[in-house]
Amino acid sequence: MRSLAAALKEIAGLFVDDGSLVLMVLGWLGLSAALAHFAPACWDGVVLFLGLAALLVENARRASRRR
Amino acid sequence: MIMHPLAHLGPSVAAAFLASLVEFVEALTVVLAVAVTRGWQPALIGTGLGLALLLLLVALLGPALALVPLHALQLVVGTLLLLFGLRWLRKAILRAAGVIPLHDESAAFASETAALGATGARQRWDLVGIATSFKIVVLEGLEVVFIVIAVGAAGGLLLPASLGAAAALIVVVALGALLHRPLTQVPENTLKLVVGVLLSAFGAFWAGEGIGIAWPGADWAALGLVAGFAATAALGIAACRPGVPAEARARGG
Repeated sequence: MRSLAAALKEIAGLFVDDGSLVLMVLGWLGLSAALAHFAPACWDGVVLFLGLAALLVENARRASRRR
Repeated sequence: MIMHPLAHLGPSVAAAFLASLVEFVEALTVVLAVAVTRGWQPALIGTGLGLALLLLLVALLGPALALVPLHALQLVVGTLLLLFGLRWLRKAILRAAGVIPLHDESAAFASETAALGATGARQRWDLVGIATSFKIVVLEGLEVVFIVIAVGAAGGLLLPASLGAAAALIVVVALGALLHRPLTQVPENTLKLVVGVLLSAFGAFWAGEGIGIAWPGADWAALGLVAGFAATAALGIAACRPGVPAEARARGG
C-alpha cells in the first residue's frame, strides 16, 4: 500500500511542482473555455497564451524571491 | 480537421527526441552507478525488467487511446502536457537564472555510487542493485512514454514521435556502451529549456483545441506558440535573475 502511494506521488510529481501554478493554469483554461464558448473570437488563442505566459513568469519570479 | 504535418511533424519528433534524450541520460547515470558498484548483472536485470514493464504499459495504453474521442483526448492530453511542459520550463527558467543549481550528472553519479556502495554486501541475486536500476528505468521511462503519447497521439503522430524516442535511446545506449561513464557533455539544462518550450507550446495548442479555441492560422499556430514560449522563457530568466546591487550598476558592472 505504501509503495503504491509512493508510486502515485511520483506520477503526480511529473505534473505538479508548485500546486498554485497548477491551480492557476487550470483556472485560466476554464476561463478561456468560457470565453471561447460564449464570445468566440479569433483572439481567444492569443488570450489563452498571454495568460499562461504571465502566470509562468509571475510564478517563477515569486519562487526566485522566496529563495 | 485537415492536418498540416509540416507544422507538427518536425517539432513533435524534436520534442520526443530531445525529451527522451534527457530522460535516458539520467537513467544511464544511475544504471552505470549500479554497474560500477554492484556489477553489470543486477544493472542489466533491473533495466530489462523496467523496460518489460514499460512495454506492457504501452501495449495496454496504446489500443485504449484509439477508443477515446479525439476532442476529449486533445483536452486531457493537452492539459497534462501543458502542466508537464510548464513544470519543466519553470525549473529551467529558475536554473538558467541561477536561482536553483544546475543539474550535474557527475554529482548525481558520485552520490548514487556512494549510496550504493554503503548498502549491504552483494548476494547471488543483488536485489538492491536490481531494484535501483529497475526503479530509475521505470521512472524515467514513464516520462518518455507520456511525452511520446502526448506529443504523438493528439496529432496522429504517434509513430514519428516513437521513432524520435527510439533514436534517443539508441544514441544514449551507444554512447554509454562506448564511454562507460555518465554523459556529462550533454547540455542537459539547455535541452530541458528547449523541451519545456516545445512541450508547453504543444500542450497549450492541444488544450486550446480541446476547449474549442479556433487558433489563428490553424495548425501553424503551434509554431507561433513555440516562439511565444521561447520569448516567455527569456523574459522569465531576466525577471528571475538575482538583482545586481545599485552600486555595481552605477559602476557599469
